[in-house]
Amino acid sequence: MSGSSNASSHRPPRIGESPLVRRALIIGVLVVSAFVIAAPLAVIAVQAFSKGVETYLAAITHPDTLHAIGMTLVTALIAVPINTLFGIASAWAITKFDFPGRRLLLVVIEIPFSISPIVAGVAYLFVYGLQGLFGEWLSAHDVKVLFALPGIVLASLFVTAPFVARELIPLMQAQGRDLEEAAASLGASGLRTFFSVTLPNIRWALLYGVVLCNARVMGEFGAVSVVSGNIRGQTNTLPLHVELLYHDYQTAGAFAAASILAGLAVVTLFVKVALERRGAGRRNRPAFVAEPAGISKETP
Amino acid sequence: MKRRPVLPGLKLTLGFTLFYVALIVALPVAALLFKAASLGPAEYWAIVSSPRAVASYRVTVLSALGATVFNLVFGLALAWVLTRYRFPGRRILDAVVDLPFALPTAVAGIALTALFAPSGWFGAPLAELGIKVAYTPLGIMVAMTFTSLPFIVRTVQPVLEDLDPTLEEAALSLGASDSAIFARVVLPLLAPALLAGVSLSFARSLGEFGAIIFIAGNQPMSTEITALLAFIRLEEYDYQAAAAIASVLLITAFAMLAITNILQARALRYTRKG
Repeated sequence: MSGSSNASSHRPPRIGESPLVRRALIIGVLVVSAFVIAAPLAVIAVQAFSKGVETYLAAITHPDTLHAIGMTLVTALIAVPINTLFGIASAWAITKFDFPGRRLLLVVIEIPFSISPIVAGVAYLFVYGLQGLFGEWLSAHDVKVLFALPGIVLASLFVTAPFVARELIPLMQAQGRDLEEAAASLGASGLRTFFSVTLPNIRWALLYGVVLCNARVMGEFGAVSVVSGNIRGQTNTLPLHVELLYHDYQTAGAFAAASILAGLAVVTLFVKVALERRGAGRRNRPAFVAEPAGISKETP
Repeated sequence: MKRRPVLPGLKLTLGFTLFYVALIVALPVAALLFKAASLGPAEYWAIVSSPRAVASYRVTVLSALGATVFNLVFGLALAWVLTRYRFPGRRILDAVVDLPFALPTAVAGIALTALFAPSGWFGAPLAELGIKVAYTPLGIMVAMTFTSLPFIVRTVQPVLEDLDPTLEEAALSLGASDSAIFARVVLPLLAPALLAGVSLSFARSLGEFGAIIFIAGNQPMSTEITALLAFIRLEEYDYQAAAAIASVLLITAFAMLAITNILQARALRYTRKG
């Protein structure tokens, strides 16, 4: 609760404080949460180990699973740094300068959040597929984009493009330009200004964006499943491998692979909370930034 | 106030940003719309108004509505409990609310299917009551509910935290009951945030794919969602139909984005004034 300075001696009366309402609501919410949030997590663990620890270990060390893990890691190692760079560059351009069309750019950056991953995958097909804009040129030059790693990376880039940008833009907007302008007027270069003035102020938000971006890249299913071709042992990422095993009726194996991704999700949540304690991930930010704090104040 | 642009890097960062947005975001979206437009109005209409497509819109929209209504009630209760009460486990609950965003959708899909399958933890007792969830539209609703759960909680929570306590104090001192105050003082103040959360939640449900395809029966005309139909057309090498159906989803997403932006701008104005 913001603004309550531990003054438990004087608290204004509020509604919903009667013990009955309070208890009923807390218990009700906890019970539903157990069904909706905890149970799915628990069932993954139970199913993964349903055939014993040995089967579990055999499933996650199977060559196809290891290859899928490798594909997922490589995709993340390429896509996350690129989108981090994009996030920093777009935040710098949008918050440190005034130019016409800034708001439009903000909206366009957010577009991938509102588009179904399937639509994203289909859209990429019409750019790089045989039916697409560059399809003939690509196949004439024997460049394989779709049904190969580049396609998976491109689809992941699309889906996670806004993650870092949307953490940085509102924060850098709120921090203003004074510090950077002071550094620059004292003769610091652009890079020096960024690394020694801006970066220390945005590092937790940056890391927050990177962590969420990484989780989404590693877990992306819809967009990747359209462009990957789903070739076992070749173009399968871990989420796709989960689907493949599941449809092969290798339920324990599918849940074993899924348990790795679930573990990643839990780690992501822990890191997220730790970073939020350091002020990242502004709790007051709506899920989509239509109007970042500050911009509207400048142009009333 | 005049400002001299003393900071370096505009050309580099803006250039990179525009190039990247054009290549990664705008180009594929334009290619899809171009492909769909190349069909011609009659053919396009025939595809998007085919009975199978219309059935897919129906099940997608109805399931998304059901999921959103559930999340409206549960999300509000969750946000209320998290901001108003102190109890053991509150911080953990606050953290795990985001699990549906962190958990890959395919993983959520197989987990929910295992839970709600006729032999599952929830599926078995429900089957005894005669309720089938997995492989029915109800299953689609369950998957949508899970994947869009955090939206309403996270849009309402900050507004609840900032709610001025003196409003309730004043209403209480005038003798109003708790439920009357909730309905006539608190709820109207939360309404803009709730509405924004509802539109986000609904939009997400319309586009969801990964979590749904495992638990839905994927039967044409009954449990086939629109995103899956686009995917199926693609696998049948019917690129025209895939483009047309994907464009319906895309245009719907843009409409929802516009609605959400308007609602959120209103919600922000509202809280600032408040």
